Amino acid sequence: MRVLRPFVTAVLVLLTVTLQVGLFARLSIAGVVPDLALLLVVAAAIVRGPAYGTVLGLVAGLAVDLAPPADGVAGRWALGLALAGWLAGQARSDAKQSAFATLITVAVASLVATSVYALTGLVLAEPGVSVAEALEVLPVALLYDVAITPLVVPLAMLIMRTLDPTPVRW
Amino acid sequence: MGPDRDQSRHTRTALVVSVLVAVTVMTLDAAGGSSSPVEPLRAGAAEVFGPIELGADAVVRPVTSAVSLLTEMRELRSDNAALADENAAMRAELATERVDRNRLAEYDALAGVTDGTGFELVPARVVAVGPAQAFARTVTISAGTADGVRADLTVVNGAGLVGRVLSTSRHTATVLLAVDAGSVIGGRLDRSMELGFLRGNGSLGADGRLTLNLVDPDAVPGEGDTIVTWGSRGGSPYVAGVPVGSVQVVQASAGDQSVSATVEPFVDMSALDLVGVVTGAAKARPGPAAGGAP
Repeated sequence: MRVLRPFVTAVLVLLTVTLQVGLFARLSIAGVVPDLALLLVVAAAIVRGPAYGTVLGLVAGLAVDLAPPADGVAGRWALGLALAGWLAGQARSDAKQSAFATLITVAVASLVATSVYALTGLVLAEPGVSVAEALEVLPVALLYDVAITPLVVPLAMLIMRTLDPTPVRW
Repeated sequence: MGPDRDQSRHTRTALVVSVLVAVTVMTLDAAGGSSSPVEPLRAGAAEVFGPIELGADAVVRPVTSAVSLLTEMRELRSDNAALADENAAMRAELATERVDRNRLAEYDALAGVTDGTGFELVPARVVAVGPAQAFARTVTISAGTADGVRADLTVVNGAGLVGRVLSTSRHTATVLLAVDAGSVIGGRLDRSMELGFLRGNGSLGADGRLTLNLVDPDAVPGEGDTIVTWGSRGGSPYVAGVPVGSVQVVQASAGDQSVSATVEPFVDMSALDLVGVVTGAAKARPGPAAGGAP
C-alpha cells in the first residue's frame, strides 16, 4: 500500500479541489463553499503528524491556488493550508481521541487558513479583498467546514490509515 | 528523547520549507504580473484541472440542476410577500418543465442575441465557480482554445454581459465576471449616449452591483436608464452594444461634485449556466466601429 500512497493522495487532492469549485459551488451558502482540501489536510495531519500535514497542506494549497477558475496571486492558499496542516498535526493526540476535539481542530484550521488567505490578499492589495468582506466570509466558511467534517474527515482518516497502517511514532 | 527530538526537527524543517516555498511563489507571482514565472504552472494546472472539471460537471449536472432548481425555489419563497402569486406560478413551472426545455429556451435566448447583433458566439457552460472565500468572482466555462476562445474576449448570455475571458486552456476558459471588484467596463447610457466606467462590487448574489462613474462630470444618469458596453478597440476585451444593466440609484457626492450611480446587472451572476463567448465582432452592423475604451 505504501507504493500507492502518493498516487492515492494525489487523486484525493485533485478530487477535493475539483469538488470545491464544481459540485459544492452549487451548494454554496452566500457563495461560501466548504474547504474540502483543508479537511483532507487536517485528516492527514491527525493520522500522520504535523510534518506530513504541513507538506500536504502546501501541495493541496498550491492546487487550490492554480486550478481554474482561481485567479490572482498564487501561493496564498498554499501558505494557509500548510499552516493549518501544521496546527492540526500539533493537536493530533487530542483529535484522535475525541470527535469534539476533531471539530475544534477543523474550526481552528479553517479560521487560520481563510484568515491567512485574506490577510495576504490585503497585503498584496488584491481586488475584492477587504476586512469587511473577510469578516463576512470567515464565520460562514468556519461553520460550513465544521458542519461537513463528520462526512469527510473520518473517511479521509480511514483512507490515510489504510494507505499506511504502520503506526507513526512521531 | 531521541524520537521526540527527531520529530520536532522533522516538523520544524517541513514548516520552514513549506512557508518559504509558499512565500516565494507568492512573491514571484505578485512581482511578475502577467509574465510571472508562475504563469506556466498555472497554464499547466488549467490543462490538468480543466478536463477533470468538465468530467465532474458532466457527472453531477443532473443532480445539481435539480438542486439549483430547489435553491431557486427557496430564494423565490423568501422574496417579499407581494411576489407570492408569481412565486407559485414559477414553482409550478419549475416543477413541470423539464430541465431540457429550460436549456432549449436558454439556447434560443442566446441565439436571439446573435441574430440581433450579428456577433459570432461560441456556446459554453459554466462548469466551476470560484468560492466566496477566494474574494474573486471568476468561473470556468466549457470552451477553450480548441473552440476558438482566447483571452480578452467578451462573454454574454441571453440577458446581457457576463464578463470577459481571463485565461484559457485547451478545453476550458476562466471568465472574470462583470461584478468582480477588479472588473472595469466602459459603458454608454442609452438615453444620453454619455460614456462612463462600471466597476464591480465583488458580490455575486442578489446584492451584486456595478458602480457607474460618467466621464463627463456634468452629466447625470437617469434612474432606469439602460447601460450598454461602450466597446473597446477591435472588440477586445469588450465588444460594443451588449446590454450590461440598468441604473438603480443615483448618488451625488458633495465632496468631489461627481455623480455616481448604482447599476443592477441584467445577468443573474449567481445562477449562470449557458453563456456565449463572442469570437467574431458584428459584421453587418451599420456605422463605424466604436473604439477607444478599455
